Amino acid sequence: MRRRAALNTFFYLALIAAAVVFLLPVYMMVLTGVKPIGEIDLKTMWSLPLQGFHIDNFIAGYEQLAPNLNNSLMMVIPEALLSSLLGSINGYLLAKWRFRGSNLVFSLILFGMFIPYQSILIPLVKFMQYIKLYGDLPGLVLVHIIYGIPITTLIFRNYYAGIGTEVLEAARIDGASLAGVYRYIVFPLSAPSFAVVIIWQFTQAWNEFLFAVILTNQSHWPVTVALNNLAGSQLVQWNVLMAATLLAALPTLLVYVFLGRYFLRGLMAGALKG
Amino acid sequence: MSRGFEFRAQQMVLALALMAGGATAEYLLGRTRLVIAGSEFTSIGLLLGGLVFYAGILVIVAMFRNETYLSLALLLPSMIAVAIFVYGFIGWSIRVSLSKWTGLTPDFTWVGLQQYSELLQNDFRFGIDARNTGVFTVGFILGCLVIGLALAILLDQRLKGEAIFRGIFLFPMSISFIASGVVWSWLMNPAVGDRITGINLLFKMLHLDFLISLWHSTPQPWGMAFTVIPAVWQLSGFTMALYLGGLRSIPEEMREAARVDGASEFQIYRYIIMPLLQPVTLSAVIILGHMSLKIFDLIVAIGHKDMRLDVPGIYMWTTTFDGTKYAQGAAIGVLMLVSVAILVVPYLVYNMRTEAEL
Repeated sequence: MRRRAALNTFFYLALIAAAVVFLLPVYMMVLTGVKPIGEIDLKTMWSLPLQGFHIDNFIAGYEQLAPNLNNSLMMVIPEALLSSLLGSINGYLLAKWRFRGSNLVFSLILFGMFIPYQSILIPLVKFMQYIKLYGDLPGLVLVHIIYGIPITTLIFRNYYAGIGTEVLEAARIDGASLAGVYRYIVFPLSAPSFAVVIIWQFTQAWNEFLFAVILTNQSHWPVTVALNNLAGSQLVQWNVLMAATLLAALPTLLVYVFLGRYFLRGLMAGALKG
Repeated sequence: MSRGFEFRAQQMVLALALMAGGATAEYLLGRTRLVIAGSEFTSIGLLLGGLVFYAGILVIVAMFRNETYLSLALLLPSMIAVAIFVYGFIGWSIRVSLSKWTGLTPDFTWVGLQQYSELLQNDFRFGIDARNTGVFTVGFILGCLVIGLALAILLDQRLKGEAIFRGIFLFPMSISFIASGVVWSWLMNPAVGDRITGINLLFKMLHLDFLISLWHSTPQPWGMAFTVIPAVWQLSGFTMALYLGGLRSIPEEMREAARVDGASEFQIYRYIIMPLLQPVTLSAVIILGHMSLKIFDLIVAIGHKDMRLDVPGIYMWTTTFDGTKYAQGAAIGVLMLVSVAILVVPYLVYNMRTEAEL
């Protein structure tokens, strides 16, 4: 028993050491963010703030990123809602209305999830320019929805595959049609997977960089592009940059903190077999 | 199930109304523009008009008492979108990569595999990119697997506070590669002497001077290996979650039985648990591997197009959109696709086969 206790102490020490390392970047960001401007020095990066807590850095960071945070929000909300709706319909059809070749269709759709987007970038840009959706947010929303079809379909399909066929058979015998089964049985059961998919798509689109930097012009830049630009410019102090980075990461961090279990389920669905 | 066509007047009216509405929208949008809040919405309007028209067709399809038709018809818009935006565009990229298109005007003059042979044989920069991708991929996968497995085993001891630790290890996953690259490039500041800062300063304060490092400014190829650190920070928690799921699905009786037979805890992990975790490792390698083969934004945020930290994704971006070498950019994109496909396609085919047997 004493050996077990010693072992547990060791395990705790290892876990705490790992946790400290994992939290280091956030600690640095928060620490830097709350120091007054006069106390900012790279040499005292790790010292605690001596003159109390200040939020000047966060205000300065917000001033830098406010339009871009707004752009990201305007892009992410319609994107997450529409792509979850589309994924739900696709997932239902592919899970419960198998036709000959439906597995092949599903695999072909799924492949779209893995491709490096550099391999479709030139046609995409030319196409978006042709249909006049280049440079602005509606085009970016459309692109995110379309390239989100594989993952949203996958998550819903796996979820619906778990709904017993007996329930559906019973509804069929009662005369429910394809649309009726969806509307009265499948859709009301879908709340958890809608949460998973909306959170997943929200996080993905918020964090995405390549499409954003290629398909939008400067006044429509989402926050990732603006942050990268801010980091590359010499005009902004690093303390403001750290505060701005924290602000840019905050929405997805909050989603994770409050809705983490759904987030995790989205992760697992993306990882485990289709 | 009765087959055939059943005419229902009410639905027919609905179908015709939808089709007429959709067609009217198309006609109007074809002649004028749709602008909402300063954004161009004409194409989105055309798309929605088309979908309304298609909804009318769906209502008619629903009158055939064959639900396979309806199911296919409902899937069709997504299938067409993926067919165009994934497969059509890949085909188009391949065609561009076989041309000599340089400059803003498209030039589809056929030059065969010239772009590829240039890249693979004579292009110094692409050589660096390939090596960097290799270093990154190996470091990233190994780092995530080793740390992920270690954390999973630690958490599997059913200690108190497990949920808190799990949350701490997983939260970096929710942050963008850009944000994490920006923060870590300040932490991994290579400045020395008086200007020492970041983690190096921390090492100095702890009297661990031998750990002070030039980080990603270390002479190549080892500098590239340091860019793995933020990536492992973000995804080792994910790997941990995969392994923890695997560990929890191993029935406790199995371990009990081994204990009764006199196996030590170490032997239980070595001979019972590790072999059972192999499928998890395979999934993790495929997910992490395809991420690292197309790594892009993290390196942009750390290196700001520093040539020493170049990867194919950045090369493709700069050569295409800064250098207008479209044919070369397309060839790099296609090579990236091939590398990912070699990893992923066998996995997808395997999954499809096992599903078909069910």
